[in-house]
Amino acid sequence: MSLNTQRNISTNPTPPPSEGAGGRTQYILEIADNSLILGQRLGELCGHGPSLETDIALTNMSLDLFGQVRSYYQYIAQLSEEEKTEDDIAFLRLERDYKNVLLVEQPNTDFGYVITRQYFFDVFHLMLMQQLQYSKDETLSAIAKKGIKEVSYHKRFSGDWVKRLGDGTEESHERVQKAVNDLWPYTNELFEMTETAKAAVEAGIGVEASQLKEAYYKEVSELLREATLEVPESKYFHKGGKHGVHTEHMGYILSDMQFMQRTYPGMKW
Amino acid sequence: MTKHKLKTKNKFPKAPLLGRGVGVRIMSEKEIKNLQQIFEAKIARDEKIEPKDWMPEKYRQTHIRQISQHAHSEIVGMLPEGNWITRAPSLRRKVALLAKIQDEAGHGLYLYSACETLGVSRDELYEQLHTGKAKYSSIFNYPTLTWADMGAIGWLVDGAAIINQVPLCNTSFGPYARAMVRVCKEESFHQRQGYEIMLTLCNGTPEQKEMAQDALNRWWWPSLMMLGPTDDESVHTAQSMKWKLKRKTNDELRQQFIDQTVPQADILGITIPDADLKWNEAEGKYDFGTINWDEFWQVVKGHGPCNKERMSARVNAWNNGEWVRDAAMAYAEKQEAKKVEKAS
Amino acid sequence: MTKDINQTPPPSEGAGGKKNWPLWEIFVRSKNGLEHRHFGSLHAADAKMAIENARDVYTRRNEGVSIWVVESKHITASNPEESGELFEPAADKVYRHPTFYELPDELKHM
Repeated sequence: MSLNTQRNISTNPTPPPSEGAGGRTQYILEIADNSLILGQRLGELCGHGPSLETDIALTNMSLDLFGQVRSYYQYIAQLSEEEKTEDDIAFLRLERDYKNVLLVEQPNTDFGYVITRQYFFDVFHLMLMQQLQYSKDETLSAIAKKGIKEVSYHKRFSGDWVKRLGDGTEESHERVQKAVNDLWPYTNELFEMTETAKAAVEAGIGVEASQLKEAYYKEVSELLREATLEVPESKYFHKGGKHGVHTEHMGYILSDMQFMQRTYPGMKW
Repeated sequence: MTKHKLKTKNKFPKAPLLGRGVGVRIMSEKEIKNLQQIFEAKIARDEKIEPKDWMPEKYRQTHIRQISQHAHSEIVGMLPEGNWITRAPSLRRKVALLAKIQDEAGHGLYLYSACETLGVSRDELYEQLHTGKAKYSSIFNYPTLTWADMGAIGWLVDGAAIINQVPLCNTSFGPYARAMVRVCKEESFHQRQGYEIMLTLCNGTPEQKEMAQDALNRWWWPSLMMLGPTDDESVHTAQSMKWKLKRKTNDELRQQFIDQTVPQADILGITIPDADLKWNEAEGKYDFGTINWDEFWQVVKGHGPCNKERMSARVNAWNNGEWVRDAAMAYAEKQEAKKVEKAS
Repeated sequence: MTKDINQTPPPSEGAGGKKNWPLWEIFVRSKNGLEHRHFGSLHAADAKMAIENARDVYTRRNEGVSIWVVESKHITASNPEESGELFEPAADKVYRHPTFYELPDELKHM
């Protein structure tokens, strides 16, 4: 299937860009929305970090992610035949139209969860960017190339912290182990291939995420062991995010994030 | 390179007479007077005082108080704006706001570091903040109720702060002056960011303009108060002038702030909430109404609208972060031990 | 007033008497060709974290290409009280400077 023919005008009257299943836009959203929601979660922490230095570091990652989001959404806006801005895409979709994985919407329960969520995502994110840089879509390729540097740093930061917490004190070990156990069931969804993603792979613009799975679990497990943590054995995993079916947290994230745009429709800020 | 952060904490006793880092030496009164004269002369010549230089105890204490107060203001000041990160109305505004608040964390950090050169640890300074012993700028005890408050804070609060801060780049204590140079350089975008938000609102719908006016109404007077009590009430002015901790009096700074801000409000097309505000042709400045100092002191003493929220946010962040900080230390020690083991 | 140094209470180690992250001095090379310059300090549990923190704190605006960190306690500083004997003797050694030597005006480029 050629994706270049998919830039047809949306027949859907709702604001989200839905160029039909298999659309390039939909594929980009599967990637970009992760950065949006994770950036939003990290943004909540600004001013509340465990130390000033760590606070600054978390905000830096949030800024990197929002930077990526803007590149993706600006590209989507450009692909769209309707008049759209990056903000329409960020703020004016219904919950079902956000395609982020469930992992990134999990709350900032404590620093252990923040770091584990970050690490679980970063390892995948870097692998994804490393493949996406070979996309036939030049814009996606360029975004990925820039993203690789940012995400490499994120992974280094979060990985170092998993080790510190895992092999730190008894308390930190327990806390981070709990976070690992609780967030583990959200990791498998990262590799789910939706119809959209499959089509994108076929068109040479997308990444075969399912093929990253083995390397991902190998890398993550090694680091967890180095951090003296147990690798969960759970075989039960959650999914739904890539289809827009989210956890209960998502509604709150969106009501916060969309508050201004929803309360004051159509205004410039 | 200046070697100024070199204190070991215990070598900085409260007594001013002790040699720093070379043990204890008893000085005669004459010697002290002599040192004092050299010290005052240095400042008068615009030379910097560095941490290991002899300084009167009062100088040290005053600097710890002012620099830490400044640092506390930066980090408490992150909170009212932090409220709006998740609700920022566009991605562009969101990243600008995040970057701005992150800068404030950085500025807090530079200032705490400057303070630490005086022999007090950041943890002690936090302790003073958390127990209410140390103050921070009272303006951060006001709530941020609408998006326009992000504009008003950048425009007015950062505007007032800049007026205070620019002269401090030349203050007598080296580490403070250097921190302020960095702060001022980085802060140049903050006020513009705020003003741009206000301008967008004022050029927007009537609803948006009303939001801007409402924000100005609520932030105007606290911003004036932010420049400190009037000169006749200000206890530290004379000494601070001598040490170049202050270059102008509070009232002079306030006047400067008003004179530069009124035309900016005119461009926005919103009204400063002061019926007595009018141009005084003869004196070339604006006359303005009476500031409600009762309100100021009430907020300073802890009874402002958000004092409790701000403090509990800080205390929670610190307490909830303790296990994280401990873990990092424990890990570092284990790694160090492994290294030693390997080497032996 | 004089006091024995030991009478001064040591700074508290924070709530719970736990160890706090030590202070590090940060040196940044702004671009190749320039020396590392002292940028400031920060707290970190270990050297790796100090580098990462320095990257986030001191190079947010593209200020650096290389970072050195050193724990503050490892720096030994000269004592200001000794600055007379350390530095003043160099003041009158004018013969170390080119202007000390008198040369004819017609001599160029020396």
